[in-house]
Amino acid sequence: MLLGLLQIALTLLIVVAITPLLGRYLAVVYLGNKTWLDPAINPVEKFIYRLVAVRSQEQMTGWQYTRNLLYSNLAMGVLVFLLLMLQGLLPLNPTGLNAPTWDTALHTTISFVTNTDQQHYSGETTISYLSQIAALGFLMFTSAATGLAVGIAFIRGLTGRPLGNFYVDITRSITRVLLPISIVGAVLLIILGVPQTLTGPATVTTLEGATQTIARGPVASFEIIKQLGENGGGFFGINSAHPLENPNAASNLLETVAMLCIPTALIYTYGVFANNIKQAWLLFGMVFAIFTILVVVSAVGEYGGNPLINSLLGEQQPNLEGKEVRFGWAQTALWAVSTTATMCGAVNGMHDSLMPNGGFSTLFNMFLQIIWGGQGTGTAYLFIYLILTVFLTGLMVGRTPEFFGRKIEKREIVLASVILLIHPIAILIPSAIALAFPDTLAGISNPGFHGISQVVYEYASAAANNGSGFEGLGDATLWWNLSASGVMLAGRYIPIVALLLLADSMAQKQLVPETAGTLRTDTGLFTGITAGVILILGALTFFPVLALGPVAEAFQIAKGG
Amino acid sequence: MSLIRDAGKAVRATLVLWLIVGIVYPLAIVVFAQIVPFPANGSLLENPQGKVIGSALIGQPFTSDRYFWSRPSTVSYSTDKAVAATGVSGASNLAPSNPDLIKRIQGDVDKLKTADIQPTADLVYTSGSGLDPHISIEAAKSQMARVASSRQLDDEGLVVLESLIDRNTDGRFLGIFGEPGVNVLKLNLALDRLGK
Repeated sequence: MLLGLLQIALTLLIVVAITPLLGRYLAVVYLGNKTWLDPAINPVEKFIYRLVAVRSQEQMTGWQYTRNLLYSNLAMGVLVFLLLMLQGLLPLNPTGLNAPTWDTALHTTISFVTNTDQQHYSGETTISYLSQIAALGFLMFTSAATGLAVGIAFIRGLTGRPLGNFYVDITRSITRVLLPISIVGAVLLIILGVPQTLTGPATVTTLEGATQTIARGPVASFEIIKQLGENGGGFFGINSAHPLENPNAASNLLETVAMLCIPTALIYTYGVFANNIKQAWLLFGMVFAIFTILVVVSAVGEYGGNPLINSLLGEQQPNLEGKEVRFGWAQTALWAVSTTATMCGAVNGMHDSLMPNGGFSTLFNMFLQIIWGGQGTGTAYLFIYLILTVFLTGLMVGRTPEFFGRKIEKREIVLASVILLIHPIAILIPSAIALAFPDTLAGISNPGFHGISQVVYEYASAAANNGSGFEGLGDATLWWNLSASGVMLAGRYIPIVALLLLADSMAQKQLVPETAGTLRTDTGLFTGITAGVILILGALTFFPVLALGPVAEAFQIAKGG
Repeated sequence: MSLIRDAGKAVRATLVLWLIVGIVYPLAIVVFAQIVPFPANGSLLENPQGKVIGSALIGQPFTSDRYFWSRPSTVSYSTDKAVAATGVSGASNLAPSNPDLIKRIQGDVDKLKTADIQPTADLVYTSGSGLDPHISIEAAKSQMARVASSRQLDDEGLVVLESLIDRNTDGRFLGIFGEPGVNVLKLNLALDRLGK
């Protein structure tokens, strides 16, 4: 068990080491400062700006930024929906797949546009190569860039800068961050064994004479941006548990670090923007502490195994149901918690088969949305909680709440409350409706308390734009496609609009000089209070569901089934 | 007026970015990948006669006593006729509290005990992908006796068998990350090459 925990610790150590380096690089990119990639990338960027007819110097207001974001996302969604529905007529379709059903295509389009990548289909049996790389792969880059742009615009607003230009931000995200790292990552993945080919599946005769069909395709280029951009939609149905998406522990390490690096770095980037590295490390430390506790809880649960099965085996064995041997219990537990923390949503082991500890941790991550959080948006939500904490503590001690010199007033609190409330509304109400019709709507495959977890997990994953799932759920239905689509849209765009408007109003505020009476947010005490506020406002809302799902299941298993 | 201007920007940006990251980037990586054709095309393995018999990364079903057996797979390692056109991957998605899981494993444990194999976790739990090429070292060692007697190997043959298992074990990355696993296909292929 110790070696398993050591692996986890070392992986996290690598992530912590990368954080300040990548964080500072992101700050340089979005502050518009010079980087060593400039000679190669500047001409490409200028070319893009000219084609799109964007004046790169033009700053946008909150409403302008929001409008351009929504229009561009809409245009991308329309293009991808058309590509999916016409996939039977388009090239690069070696297995001759027809168009998916309209509700599957709609759900998939909305899913990838919102960076969720929830898949109610299995990649190799539904999506052609062209659709994978040119429809879904395209959205992977642009949805990640959109999230990054929102996060950076929010950080700019909080630190008193103009919000920036949406098209400049997504272009810089792609040309300076996502594409360079993806190119290097794809090359490494190919060397490690991930295929990258346009030839169709390989049909082989096995040693015992059976006919085996091995699906492959242009996987490596898809896989790296899936991880790096917190997308999570797998090329194959089984995602990163598939040996051709994630062949060995080395590729697993690369993919895990890729998944964690940008959300962790963005907290540091805020510190650079605000000239307050201490504040960044304090927030980082708080999130890291909660994250590590969840990882250990899950890992210990998987290592201990399933008591009901251990009695059949005669000894204590780790729970390997739905897991791959090359990853083992430790790397699967770490991945499961990381993927739901960062809103990536890729899986290297089946979450439906995790012990209740794992089910609890993964749901908890998605309910809070700020244990690292999604690309860009997650970091912004973290600061929303910080703003709410400032507001609450300010009220408690009778001081005007101010966040780094900017007063927090009614408009900010209303917008912050909208962001806070949309999450439970988008999760709990649809879950209640689905659970009210267990036979017709819910699609539960694991009876009892776990079934409740299955339904709630799917909506939580949609609302948090995560995309992972308890895949035993029968979700390839009209109900699930449409309801999840609505939840994904609400969970993505309503907070984004609120975030951008909030950032805009903060940016325009007068700076209040710091006095002896100012409540400082960059202290250990304040960070502790923030953790408390997060747990009370965020976790308590969902505690009844957690009690009915994973906690009850844990007691059921302990009792003996 | 500004609506049309903004809409135009949105459409142009979509098309430009689509060309760069949706077409140029993946195809460029495909071209580059031809430098390393073995992994790029799926790590396909050939038998001594030159026929492709599988992938080094994908498992296969084995039932004969002459071979080492793989992990149980929910999708029969993609050998079903129904999926011959595209291939498939899949898992059971059974929760730890599901009585179906317990029933299934009870059956598997009985089967393994009849074949005199120690029921380790990897041999009773189905894999995540249904294509897992590995079994644990313990699972391999506990099958040695059965394979040796089926192939009529003497004591010297047993030593060779053990060394084959070691040679076809994929260890941890850097000795730390992941878990070691014996690649069942490569092991069985090496067994066949022994000629017995």
